[in-house]
Amino acid sequence: MSAQQLAAEERGPGLVARATGSRLLWPVLALVALLVLNTAVNPGFLSVEVRGDRLYGSLVDILKNGAPVLLVAVGMTLVIATRGIDLSVGAVVAIAGAVACTSVATAPDPSSPSAAVVGMSTALAVCVLLGLWNGFLVSVVGIQPIIATLVLMTAGRGIAMLITDAQIITVNNPTLNAVGAGFVLLLPVPILISVGVLVAVALLTRRTALGLFVESVGINPEASRLAGLRSRTILWTVYVFSALCAGVAGLMIAANVNAADANNAGLWIELDAILAVVIGGTSLAGGRYSLAGTLVGAMVIQTLTTTVYSIGVPPEVSLVFKAVVVILVFLAQSPQARGLLVRRRRRPAAAGSPRGGGRRAPGDGAGSSGGTGSTPVREDAPQEHQEVGRA
Amino acid sequence: MSTDVRTQPTGVAGAGASRASAARGWLDARSRFLPVVATFVLFVAMFAAGSLRHENFGSPQVFANLFIDNAYLVVLAVGVTFVILTGGIDLSVASVLALSAMVAAASLEAGWSAPLVVVAVLVLGAVFGTLQGLVIHFFQIQPFIVTLAGLFLARGLCYVISVDAIAIADPTFRAVASAYFVLPGTSVGVTPNVLVAVAVVLVAVVLLHLTRFGRTVYAVGGGESSATLMGLPVARAKVGAYAISGLCAAISGLLFSFYSLSGYSLTALGGELDAIAAVVIGGTLLSGGVGFVLGSLLGVLVLGTIQTLISFEGTLSSWWTKIFVGALLLLFVVLQRVLVRRRS
Repeated sequence: MSAQQLAAEERGPGLVARATGSRLLWPVLALVALLVLNTAVNPGFLSVEVRGDRLYGSLVDILKNGAPVLLVAVGMTLVIATRGIDLSVGAVVAIAGAVACTSVATAPDPSSPSAAVVGMSTALAVCVLLGLWNGFLVSVVGIQPIIATLVLMTAGRGIAMLITDAQIITVNNPTLNAVGAGFVLLLPVPILISVGVLVAVALLTRRTALGLFVESVGINPEASRLAGLRSRTILWTVYVFSALCAGVAGLMIAANVNAADANNAGLWIELDAILAVVIGGTSLAGGRYSLAGTLVGAMVIQTLTTTVYSIGVPPEVSLVFKAVVVILVFLAQSPQARGLLVRRRRRPAAAGSPRGGGRRAPGDGAGSSGGTGSTPVREDAPQEHQEVGRA
Repeated sequence: MSTDVRTQPTGVAGAGASRASAARGWLDARSRFLPVVATFVLFVAMFAAGSLRHENFGSPQVFANLFIDNAYLVVLAVGVTFVILTGGIDLSVASVLALSAMVAAASLEAGWSAPLVVVAVLVLGAVFGTLQGLVIHFFQIQPFIVTLAGLFLARGLCYVISVDAIAIADPTFRAVASAYFVLPGTSVGVTPNVLVAVAVVLVAVVLLHLTRFGRTVYAVGGGESSATLMGLPVARAKVGAYAISGLCAAISGLLFSFYSLSGYSLTALGGELDAIAAVVIGGTLLSGGVGFVLGSLLGVLVLGTIQTLISFEGTLSSWWTKIFVGALLLLFVVLQRVLVRRRS
């Protein structure tokens, strides 16, 4: 957010126009609105205090509980940037937890650090294999990503139950538990892991050309290949990375409760992660992505869940609440809906300047994680499509 | 644009060319039908294998039970087929099913008459679908996202109505639930649910293949811009497909409430995946424009046979169902991929 403002200030004029045109505007407003609502209901909401070696407060809780979704969403962002989607992450979360807990529970000394390390590395190795499988189906066999990953989404929970024998495997291993519930430097470990991965990915893809390569594969894999990119390798890599992120998230979830629940671990997490990515302004049509947007999106979703509990909405209604917010955010982002509003407002003034709707400055959606990520080619594609649609 | 250009694509060509193109057309048609034929062969093979392994498996009643147990899924899959044919996706169907069953149970408990409840639920489902379709088409938000919000909304509304299961005590509903017909000339019994499901399939087949609306649905799935430029009523077809999907989900919810005589907010959790899997196994391409309703019916029967086989087997645990369904999905997806590649 601050980096974005900074970038806006650097360009001097048109700051307001840039801010109102940014894809991040509505998600950030939604997040701010949720935080204000929470503070209004509970004045102590924003306070954070240090107790012993730990940081306490609602904000820390939101970040901590949102860490798995954020991590999965970071992996998902890259997949979606290649015009793909990974529906299997929820199943991978369950499998990672199942593998780790089963391995730890059957180790000679279930509470030793070495058992935890072996368990976690086995789980992550399995996740890499699952990612390779998804990547193989998408990049080599050429199946649409939504179906290719649907296969693992359907079969994955079955596999997780096969591993745990449909039992909830409980473990008591301090090292494993630290991954989900530990604290380092005052902060919960899950936050450090998720934010660390986010920053690493942002640096790696925005400070090198890797991000551009990913976006270019999302715009046109064939053209990218002819231009000398290894489209297949890039596709394969993003699916492996997504599965790996899901695996780490699975370890966090299992470690937090000291148990692997093949049925419920990571249930709906793929939907939450996709929502987080899309709320953050990354288009499902691929070709552009915003990691800052994903961070905001994941926080919106988690804050929403927390808000529901803290303002006393019955938990049953939380899904309705979530649906309404999602619909509002998307309508606010939709050029057509905004076009309707703008036209209505303009009509009395009879001013004909075509400022409404979807035309934005290139690069707005690329977010704050580095300045290189705009792909002007993509900017016009949806516009053309709309015009065809209206013809 | 005149209609005869569309209806006689091969008739204007010369004699020699028309012969070649007719042959190619036949090949095309054959490869178009091939996934459905493959599903059919698979179904027959699985059923035959079951009959060989287990003495009582091959009875007509086991076959009829496939329909009785999966009538709601058949209707659900039919609705989803329409949406997928337009190139969209509907993730909300299972939640709308649960919501419909919930609304039916709650309004019956509140003393509404059974026919009124049925009408109300059907209208609710159709309106829900239509709204989703309108948002998708006019605000150009991805179907995946809109119906995902629909999934949350409908499931959430179930919880709002009641967290606990509501039993249905209405005499009409109970009478339908316990009704049982013996098909003439056989000893096979079916429930009214089966008749409803078969009727829905027949109506869907007629709608897709014999009406202008059906042709437009295929055209939109084949290429939305082209369909628009041809002057086809794209908006009507797209929104209509979502409305049909919502309506089918509502019918499916009613069937489920006849089957279980209750409404429960966790009904058919994850059922949208079963429906989509059935549609894909039935040979419909998720990219739109290619597929058949009868294929989806076969897809549901295949899923049902897997479940029956596993329950007959006794020693296999229920999670094998998921693994088998995943493996089958893979098989069919790869098959489709090979076919599409060969054609292009």
